[in-house]
Amino acid sequence: MASKVIHALYTDDDILLQAVKRVREERYYIEEVFTPFPVHGLDKAMGLAETRIAITSFIYGLIGLTVSIVMMNYIMIEDWPQDIGGKPSFSYIENMPAFVPVMFELTVFFAAHLMVITFYMRSRLWPFKKAENPDVRTTDDHFLMVIDTGNNDVEKVSKFLTDTGAIEISLIDKQDDH
Amino acid sequence: MYTLPSKLKLFAIVLMVIGALGIVAGFLSTPSNTAEVKEMMASSHDDGHSVEATHNDDHDTVKVDHADGHGESVHDDEEAHLEHVLHQLQNRPWSSLYIACFLFFMISLGVLAFYAIQIASQAGWSPVLFRVMEGITSYLIPGGIIMLILLGLSAFNFNHLFVWADPEVIAHDKLLQGKSGWLNGWGVMIRAMIFLGGWIAYRQISLKYSRMQDDATDGKWFKKSFKISAGFLVFFIYTESVMSWDWLMSFDPHWFSTLYGWYVFAGMIVCGITTIALVTMVLKSQGYLEYVNDSHIHDLAKFMFGFSIFWTYLWFSQFMLIWYANIPEEVTYFVTRIEDFKLPFFGMVVMNFIFPILVLMNSDYKRVNWFVVLAGIVILLGHYVDLFVMVMPATVGTSWYFGIPELSSVLFFLGLFIYVVFTALTKAPLLAKGNPFIKESKNFHY
Repeated sequence: MASKVIHALYTDDDILLQAVKRVREERYYIEEVFTPFPVHGLDKAMGLAETRIAITSFIYGLIGLTVSIVMMNYIMIEDWPQDIGGKPSFSYIENMPAFVPVMFELTVFFAAHLMVITFYMRSRLWPFKKAENPDVRTTDDHFLMVIDTGNNDVEKVSKFLTDTGAIEISLIDKQDDH
Repeated sequence: MYTLPSKLKLFAIVLMVIGALGIVAGFLSTPSNTAEVKEMMASSHDDGHSVEATHNDDHDTVKVDHADGHGESVHDDEEAHLEHVLHQLQNRPWSSLYIACFLFFMISLGVLAFYAIQIASQAGWSPVLFRVMEGITSYLIPGGIIMLILLGLSAFNFNHLFVWADPEVIAHDKLLQGKSGWLNGWGVMIRAMIFLGGWIAYRQISLKYSRMQDDATDGKWFKKSFKISAGFLVFFIYTESVMSWDWLMSFDPHWFSTLYGWYVFAGMIVCGITTIALVTMVLKSQGYLEYVNDSHIHDLAKFMFGFSIFWTYLWFSQFMLIWYANIPEEVTYFVTRIEDFKLPFFGMVVMNFIFPILVLMNSDYKRVNWFVVLAGIVILLGHYVDLFVMVMPATVGTSWYFGIPELSSVLFFLGLFIYVVFTALTKAPLLAKGNPFIKESKNFHY
């Protein structure tokens, strides 16, 4: 079945946010919203699930910490022990203060980089990927809401969207997913 | 308007009375001559009291101890050793008093700095908390005066806390002779008076502007407050640094650290913000501060979390460089602490870093009041231990113990702090309604 979607364009983030709330109250289904910048509170208004990026970041941080400990233990204690600063103890725990900067940096490094990579993968972003946003104006100063018409009356939905402050409404045949 | 609940008032007075009794008891139970020390040590052999550790000490290592002012003449001699312990034990109630007094003083000073930062940065989230901060800074005046008195007693060598104040020690100490142009009784006292005068003056003036702004029709008083806050912050960061050398670092006058001022500041500001959060939640639980919401608590908790890490960063930076370089005159500071103060020295890192970082890491937990209270209490206790480890090794040495003098000093100043702060909160409406950012602050959400 070729379902149709409506593209409603807005020019103000506050109006968009109000519109999203009203559209959801009317129980129309919002497929996606494209904005030129992050709109504070939009995720809550759209009813998106809470992000789990924080917990992945914590796990990546722990991995980084572990890697740094194992790495420093191998480099400085096991493989090539040296007498630095008159501390030839060759024991990890006794030399630990010297490794703390490395432990800290690798924790941050792993948490940050793996978090960004996770975010890209989760958002299906990769180099040379074709842009998904349906209207180039959403990269400048317009906000675009995609509403699935489903079994609703297209005329009625369009009228309702105009009431919420949409400046332009177009009916689009839904394309297959990439 | 806030009215002081009679129960809270009674609680504060009870704390002060119990604390005062304990402080007196602490002074009375101090031995006055070496014969009594001998007796105490003999009886404490059985119960493993920490005095025993002193007794077994190798005297050559005790030689560098500054506590008693006889560093040069300590030999393996029973009487000299007893005298050494006697001076340590006599220092103990004074040191306890000094630490507790400074803890609550630094809380109000930290809040004052935080308040100035909020005004100077024109922060939009915090104006609903301004009256809480103004209430806490009211402790600056009584706390500062008591601090000045205690400092005077030490700086003029009445209670022998500062080894640099003892003319006999200076006579045998080349380094202290060189430093005596800066480290002398009147020098420290005059600087302390200038610093306290400046801080209290800013506190009073900004308070006046804040109250005037309540009924103002334009932002005139806010602008004045902005200017004076920016000026105060410049004055503060210099004076705070010098204050930390004079009041704390000079306990070990041979040792110095260039980031000590920042280190003390980090402890100060984290305690201050924690106290803002605790007082706010107390007032909220009594039904006041209707405009303070979860997001304000969330922001305070973020600051507690962040400044705890900042404190650890400075603590570790100071430690690691000295530990790695291993220069004898520098490293003794940490050798003393790790050998004689192992539990408090490492315990405070757990309390000030590991506990808050784990408890306050999750975003949602920063909005759960009892989580923030729990973390806050541990942070405040942790910074008490931090001060303990800054002061005690130099004054009491191996004769340290956490007992009646320490506990009652904390109770006394806690009672005084609660009494002064919550009385000051009754003096003005709890909402700084004239602040130009008050609407933004009321609507603040995360």
